Amino acid sequence: MKIAVLTKAIPSYESSIRVDSSGSWIDESVVNFVVNESDSYALEEALQIKEQLNDDSEVVVVIMGNENNTSKVLKDGLAKGADRGIFINNENIDTDPLSIAKLFSEHLKEESFDLIFSGLQSDDLGSGQTGVLIGELLGMSTATLGIETKMEDGKIKVKRELESGWFQWVTLPFPASISIQSGINEPRYPSLKGIMGAKRKDVKSVSASSSGDNKQKFIELFIPKTEKVTERIEGDVDSIVARMLDILKNTLKVI
Amino acid sequence: MILVVLENQRGNIHAFSQEAVVAGQQLSEKLGLDLSILCLGENASSLRDQASDYKAKNLILAQHDIINTYSADGYSKALSQIVSELSPKYVLMGHSYMVRDFLPRVSAKLDIPFVSDIIAVEYDGDSPIFSRQVFNAKLATKVKTTSDTVLLSFQSAAFSSDDMQIGGSENQSDFSVNLEASDIKSDSEAEFQESASGVDLTTAELIVSVGRGIESQDNLPLVESLASAMGAEIASSRPVVDMGWLPPYRQIGSSGQAVSPKLYLSVGISGAIQHVVGMKGSKTIMAINKDEDAPIFEIADYAIIGDLMEIVPKLTEEIQK
Repeated sequence: MKIAVLTKAIPSYESSIRVDSSGSWIDESVVNFVVNESDSYALEEALQIKEQLNDDSEVVVVIMGNENNTSKVLKDGLAKGADRGIFINNENIDTDPLSIAKLFSEHLKEESFDLIFSGLQSDDLGSGQTGVLIGELLGMSTATLGIETKMEDGKIKVKRELESGWFQWVTLPFPASISIQSGINEPRYPSLKGIMGAKRKDVKSVSASSSGDNKQKFIELFIPKTEKVTERIEGDVDSIVARMLDILKNTLKVI
Repeated sequence: MILVVLENQRGNIHAFSQEAVVAGQQLSEKLGLDLSILCLGENASSLRDQASDYKAKNLILAQHDIINTYSADGYSKALSQIVSELSPKYVLMGHSYMVRDFLPRVSAKLDIPFVSDIIAVEYDGDSPIFSRQVFNAKLATKVKTTSDTVLLSFQSAAFSSDDMQIGGSENQSDFSVNLEASDIKSDSEAEFQESASGVDLTTAELIVSVGRGIESQDNLPLVESLASAMGAEIASSRPVVDMGWLPPYRQIGSSGQAVSPKLYLSVGISGAIQHVVGMKGSKTIMAINKDEDAPIFEIADYAIIGDLMEIVPKLTEEIQK
């Protein structure tokens, strides 16, 4: 079984997110890039499948972006146990999911993966489309929001999360592209041995052909305006708590 | 043409689809394009009956044995045929889990853009510009498209079903889709719910909800004590459930429950979109977070900027007095 895991380097939760001078992207110089949360669950799921199969299966971490932002995330994936990496060097800021999926597909096609795992959405652009788009472009079966997987009779069974606490099992033939919901497993930490070993693992570097085909474009990034009148309460703990008590007792009358 | 596709949710038109119809009605007026509403696949004839009041030019039914139950394979193929044939300028749906599952495949099949999870529409002359949240709702972006046909999905509550224009449709028609059993590669089983918990957060008047700011399971009793002192139900954002600190039925958000209590007191929740869609209907939102840029403050009535580890125990103590 050949499994690709699509990972993305995104700004950490704690990073300060500011619009840059172009007005259409963020100032990356003040941002700490980390792995997208649901992608780390996707990687763990792939590693567990490989361990269960216990054959010559291979897990390949695939990442796109510029080297600065992505190298740490790629190394981390290898340190956790991926067998090798594919780095798609892309200096452009692509924001159209279909263009992004085409860039990936170009380099994934020749590898003929049996399975492609991806996180259900990236916490930066949040389109939630890449895994499904690539599945369609490469003629694979697709499923989204996987919360459990099982290998069965040469197929993969995926428990899909639906809305409001409903679920559904879907069985897919290979090749399949499946997006993984966070919480599906417990992502491992890299071991010291893994970290040392990662340095010797093969990383194929390729360049993204410039797509020039972005059919949707960001024309402006902005800070959302709040519609509500918000009362800011800050200061020392005693005065904050006194004001909260006053609101709960006298304004809202809930205590 | 503007084409709105209705989704079946256990026998009824999905609430997000109703909002998409409202978006479609407004887009249709603004751009001077006819509005068509498509009832596709699962339960389609019942959806057509339920939609018969909606003001539209055309109400279209597309049924086939192969799509009597939803599959990404079947729906993406069927909708691609319909879109190719009718050439609508915009195809609108709600940003539901089903839409995330199959609409990108239509985008790839037809090589047309899909702008997902839209929160607002504005106009530059005759061209609509779509706003989306990015970077975990810390920023928003305006998106412009260049394509003869564009797929759109709308975040819940971007449009209100209260604004639905009624008056029915002028024409009703059937669209015959061409599908074969071999088009469906996947095998879908029946939808099911995990064991019910007996806790119904949707009817709770007071909710204290905890997020990743609690840092460790050991700190959870701080928030539990506050909830108990207030007589509130405890709830959480997704990360807390993912860590196993609280059971899944306590989760608020797109994958959990949607609530609208009298007071929603959020503790250490940053306010990612997936969480906010489940609680933004609350009458009053009070949020404690130490990051003054936390997106939760955008929708809060009371923004408490401070350390929850200090504030929560002190508040609990005062309430208990």
